[in-house]
Amino acid sequence: MRLEPREHTPLAARLLAPVAAVAAALALCALLVAWTGAPVLRAYGLLLEGAAGSRFALTETLTRATPLILTGLAAAVAFRAKLWNIGAEGQLYMGALAAVVLGGGMLDLPAWLLLPTVMIAGAAAGGATLLGPAVLKVRFGVDEVVTTLLLNFIVLLLVSMLLEGALKDPMGMGWPQSAPVVEAAELPKLVERTRLHTGLLVALGLSALLWLIDTRTIWGYENRAVGANPRAAAFAGMPVTRVMLRTALLSGGLAGLAGVIEVCGLKGYLTLDLSPGFGYSGIVVAMLAQLHPVGVVGAAVFIAGIFVGADAMSRAMPVPNYIADVLVAASLLCMLVAGLLTRYRLRRG
Amino acid sequence: MTSPPIVLRLSGITKRFGPLVANDSISLTLYEGEVLALLGENGAGKTTLMNILFGHYVADEGSIEAFGQPLPPGSPRAALAAGIGMVHQHFTLADNLSVLDNVAVGTEPLWRPRSDRAAAKAKLLDLARRFGLEVRPDAPVGDLSVGERQRVEILKALYRDARVLILDEPTAVLTPQESASLFDTLRRLTADGLAVVFISHKMNEVFAASDTVAVLRGGRLVATRRTAATDREELAELMVGRALKPPTPAPLEPGEPVLTLSGVTVGSGHGRPLLDAVDLTVRRRQIVGIAGVSGNGQTALAELVSGLIHPESGTMALKGEAIGSAGPAEMVRRGVARIPEDRHAAGLVGAMAVWENLIAERYHDRAFQRFGLIRRGAARAYAEEVIAAFDVRCPGPDARTQLLSGGNMQKLILGRTLAHGPDLILASQPTRGLDVGAVSYVHGRLLEARAAGAGVLLISEDLDEILALADGITVAYHGRLTPVLPHGRVSVRQLGLLMAGHWEILPEIVDAA
Repeated sequence: MRLEPREHTPLAARLLAPVAAVAAALALCALLVAWTGAPVLRAYGLLLEGAAGSRFALTETLTRATPLILTGLAAAVAFRAKLWNIGAEGQLYMGALAAVVLGGGMLDLPAWLLLPTVMIAGAAAGGATLLGPAVLKVRFGVDEVVTTLLLNFIVLLLVSMLLEGALKDPMGMGWPQSAPVVEAAELPKLVERTRLHTGLLVALGLSALLWLIDTRTIWGYENRAVGANPRAAAFAGMPVTRVMLRTALLSGGLAGLAGVIEVCGLKGYLTLDLSPGFGYSGIVVAMLAQLHPVGVVGAAVFIAGIFVGADAMSRAMPVPNYIADVLVAASLLCMLVAGLLTRYRLRRG
Repeated sequence: MTSPPIVLRLSGITKRFGPLVANDSISLTLYEGEVLALLGENGAGKTTLMNILFGHYVADEGSIEAFGQPLPPGSPRAALAAGIGMVHQHFTLADNLSVLDNVAVGTEPLWRPRSDRAAAKAKLLDLARRFGLEVRPDAPVGDLSVGERQRVEILKALYRDARVLILDEPTAVLTPQESASLFDTLRRLTADGLAVVFISHKMNEVFAASDTVAVLRGGRLVATRRTAATDREELAELMVGRALKPPTPAPLEPGEPVLTLSGVTVGSGHGRPLLDAVDLTVRRRQIVGIAGVSGNGQTALAELVSGLIHPESGTMALKGEAIGSAGPAEMVRRGVARIPEDRHAAGLVGAMAVWENLIAERYHDRAFQRFGLIRRGAARAYAEEVIAAFDVRCPGPDARTQLLSGGNMQKLILGRTLAHGPDLILASQPTRGLDVGAVSYVHGRLLEARAAGAGVLLISEDLDEILALADGITVAYHGRLTPVLPHGRVSVRQLGLLMAGHWEILPEIVDAA
């Protein structure tokens, strides 16, 4: 068997690839489900019901999808420019840190002013976190996979230090958590008596905005050219370094915003388990979406649905909810294979 | 007269890459002691055929017989065992190992405690002596010249007892003198009973070295001829499928200088500078050709005039105006049209649309953007114009650029740069890898621009191209440039000597001129 490049990839193949990948992942994980002794179809049925079977399930899935859309966009934006940002998790916590510091009563502003201020500050904190590795990459060729990945641990330790010290909530009964943000810094709810908040609208708006920037502006034009062929972009006279740094700020900013929105829309305060790996799942989201800013929304809702649905399923059956992690990981692997097959065809001999 | 024994027989070889038929039922026979030239344009299927023979690819149909035995497909190991050796266009040597190690690597079992170096060395020296392939067995390959490396590659094949040698465009990197010495080696090899296949798209090599010539066009074998019984015109027609006439530059009076380099040095940081105190003047209505073996500073010179790198000392002036460290965008604004050496890697963004590539150098123009928003309609309309004016064969402005053929990509770059009436054209290997039709198109456009008043700096490894187009020729060697020698006052032999670094002959040329 060998691979030969395809001259042309039909649009249908590009659209079908994620669907086929997810189907393959579900089929593979069916083996694991069957191993636990649970009936496979019923398990998947419960998973679907838990993800989208009721108003509550749906709002839970969308709540979970909100930060994933943002971290997914962060990964998509960076990966398109071949900036391998693995540090969205750390950038998210930096954004969250900015949110609890500025929104925790330090600024006495009305909600219409405080919320944008906190969001911008959180995005700036996330962007600044990625700017360092990006500068090192551009100036000295330091591998950003290593630096961004390791920065995650540094940021988590910093947050841990602050939660045990300077930012520790005096009313928190000794738990390592920050003081809650003030009411003016809380994002309004989207649906009453659910956890779904207006952060979702921010995420959706940014997805559409990024798509417009990508296709309609000279900014996006430069980004795409630099991402696809930096040497040709430099030859044509494009500011490659500036584009890289700009991309880093944008990507880190989106991840930072995810942190702000989790704090201000959902949790209210900062703890060390604010994110169950949203930064890393964002990479899966971006890959499933083939790095398309609008596709990210669909992929984020799908991944969120798997996690929320698996929780519901595990309550009703003897299948642990870790199956969600396996499913998501399998989807990513299958997507990589599907992506390969859209670019190459398999030939015998 | 009995014909010598057959060493290789290819029957009905067909290879498809998707809808493209790279080889269309090709049958060839190679006899002992014969040099077969495989002639054809780029993309005619020469390299594919040889890669099938050597086992890199598997043919969809057809079979190969070596020395009467069927050759198992898809296995370079089997090809080697059958006595087939291949010298690739891009050498496959380890720079940090010695000549002997490079030759012997892979021929000894790994588990033997110590290798018999003395025997290996003796065998190597014996081969070298027999075939006139002079090498120093203990020299690191990194220190060797390109010609010497090629000798090592050939020795590598002979060391494995090759009886059939395949050479893929062996002269692309050689000076005329080195080529002559290679052909001499080939004759010694065939006198010893070896058979040689060499791939080429250069006519004069075919006549210099081969006994038989097989012409490929569009994946099909269109003719096989005894070399002695054919001529250039016939082969050219077979290769292209129609008659071509060479470019005829009309003599023009050069105008004022458009590019002046004085004492420009670049890359002096590590050992020998890439450009070493270079002086050069290109005038309007003049084509100055830079001849030289690759790697003698041509790339640095092209990057300098492209605006990618800047002089460390010395000055560069455009139209009499000194420019300090102007980047690519500034060079374009000042009227420099730049045709890059590698159109895939540096010229175009393959994943983007044709129209997006066409505006890549001037997307900041008011014609193409307002307040940062791309005027897609205007850009597409402009692209349609350029596509028509430069005869780019593509489905339309929205086509993805990587689907275009090499010739059409080059037309796209010409359209992007020449459509704006440049003062200076930097043409770096402008026809490398193009078929004959596209080559004559590019040459025509360059001559047209010259007649319109542009100065052209033509950097090419193809001496024939420089001789066909240039008004003045300078030779690059080790980062230095000879003075510009008027075309017609310098012979190919002299150019070859200059390319090999024998600059002591310069005074006699300059005096005669």
